[in-house]
Amino acid sequence: MMCQFCKTKDATVHVTEIADQKIKKVDACAACAKEKNYNDPTAFALADHLLGLGASQKMEEAAEALGTLSCSQCGYTQADFKKSGRLGCAHCYEVFGEGLDSVLKTMHKDTQHRGKMLAGVQKTNQSVRTLERLSKELQKAIQKEDFETAAQIRDEIKLTKAAS
Amino acid sequence: MSIIDFLIPPSEVSRRSGPHDKIVLSSRVRLARNLRSIPFPSHSKKADRLKAFEALMPVVRGLGQMGPTAFSESMDKLPALEKQLLVERHLISREHAAKNAGSGIVLNREESVCVMVNEEDHLRMQALQPGLQLRQAWMIIDGVDSALQETIEFAFAEKYGFLTACPTNLGTGIRVSAMLHLPGLVLAEQINQIIQAVNKLGLAVRGLYGEGTEALGNIFQVSNQMTLGETENDIVERINKVLLQIIEHEENARLAQLEKKPAVLLNHIGRAYGVLGNAWSISSKEALNLLSFMRLGIDIGLFRETPKALVDELFLRSQPAHLQLAHPLREKLGSDDRDLFRAEMLRERIAGFPKPDASSLRGSGGPVSDKGEI
Repeated sequence: MMCQFCKTKDATVHVTEIADQKIKKVDACAACAKEKNYNDPTAFALADHLLGLGASQKMEEAAEALGTLSCSQCGYTQADFKKSGRLGCAHCYEVFGEGLDSVLKTMHKDTQHRGKMLAGVQKTNQSVRTLERLSKELQKAIQKEDFETAAQIRDEIKLTKAAS
Repeated sequence: MSIIDFLIPPSEVSRRSGPHDKIVLSSRVRLARNLRSIPFPSHSKKADRLKAFEALMPVVRGLGQMGPTAFSESMDKLPALEKQLLVERHLISREHAAKNAGSGIVLNREESVCVMVNEEDHLRMQALQPGLQLRQAWMIIDGVDSALQETIEFAFAEKYGFLTACPTNLGTGIRVSAMLHLPGLVLAEQINQIIQAVNKLGLAVRGLYGEGTEALGNIFQVSNQMTLGETENDIVERINKVLLQIIEHEENARLAQLEKKPAVLLNHIGRAYGVLGNAWSISSKEALNLLSFMRLGIDIGLFRETPKALVDELFLRSQPAHLQLAHPLREKLGSDDRDLFRAEMLRERIAGFPKPDASSLRGSGGPVSDKGEI
């Protein structure tokens, strides 16, 4: 496949963007992709290598979601994360946490830890967490006067309480 | 004491045995942990790395699981050849072998617990067991982790679990892996199907020395990739189940090969015996691949009364660092001379092996081609 910009070299960078519900495909050679700012191909390759195919796109999204954040403890920045796929310190997980979840979803079974706990840290009961989520959803439904949904959620809360 | 003297000699270490060790060479469970208050090693300045090193080394060294005679050293004190020796024993990663001041290793006498300090994370601790013993390995390393938590404050968040430099290790920080010898599946050309199936289950298959390495000697490493959202026990049990299935497939592939194409199998093993016993120069790659067939030959009873420990010992001793350290010139031994020296060592040892004897297969009721019999 030829590069759609210079039409002389082989296209080695293929980007599929979905913006405003429209699919935009870009097939470019490395030089044109760089010029047109279709991201850094090495960053792509690195992320794919580290996290498996498909992860790099998520990483890009995550990096974007993180904006220009940097960690107050270790000075790690969004660019560092994009480049290395790694975080700088424990505090980074609080700073960058929000954008991370979409990356974690592609890598792991879930985004909530279920294994061994740190000594002294109590595991919050699974059902407690579910109840918190449901009661928030219930409030929202009531605010929107969506009583059908509210009734469904109310039943779900009853079930969860009964099960625990 | 130098690590060369500390390590269990190849002749002894290869005699250790465990369940399913015809196919599963070893089991390993690794945990990644970090200190709460110091940046991860990959990002921290040298002063921070040294601070973590100073804080961790004595505590790890003092663990009950390490015993009174553990080996503990800073990576800059180990010459390149000795680091390579540790890689060939699968005690440290290739990445850790590249580390210097501020990184360290603590290894117990039995070589069943090995801790890397300041690899990608502050602590990479692993329990190793011969054969298929993942549960056992998890129990050991779980105990090490709990003991460390009494004195060290690890980086942890309720949502994300144990925090690691790379998000791929987040949560449990666990990597459960086993080293498998799968010549049957390779010969039957079923190995790619198996690898694809195993990948689909969320497990990774790698070569002899881990990530990005070739499957020399028909040896493959299977490990989990997901570390977050499941309990350690679930991960261990899932891999255990997959491994038992791979073992069954490998056994079936060997049987089918013996039944349908015994000549092909015997030809491979006989040639391996011939080359290893007579070559004057041999690369480690060729040696490891041929030793794999010797091991298979022993497994199916082709070499009477020869324990497979003998082949496993040669497998270790054929690798570059092991070989160089056995030579008077050590690191000055060039690669051409190494191939000569390797061939010499193998010739001497293989001379002590009995010839492959296909009649033993017949005696045990095993099927052997009747071609060649008049």
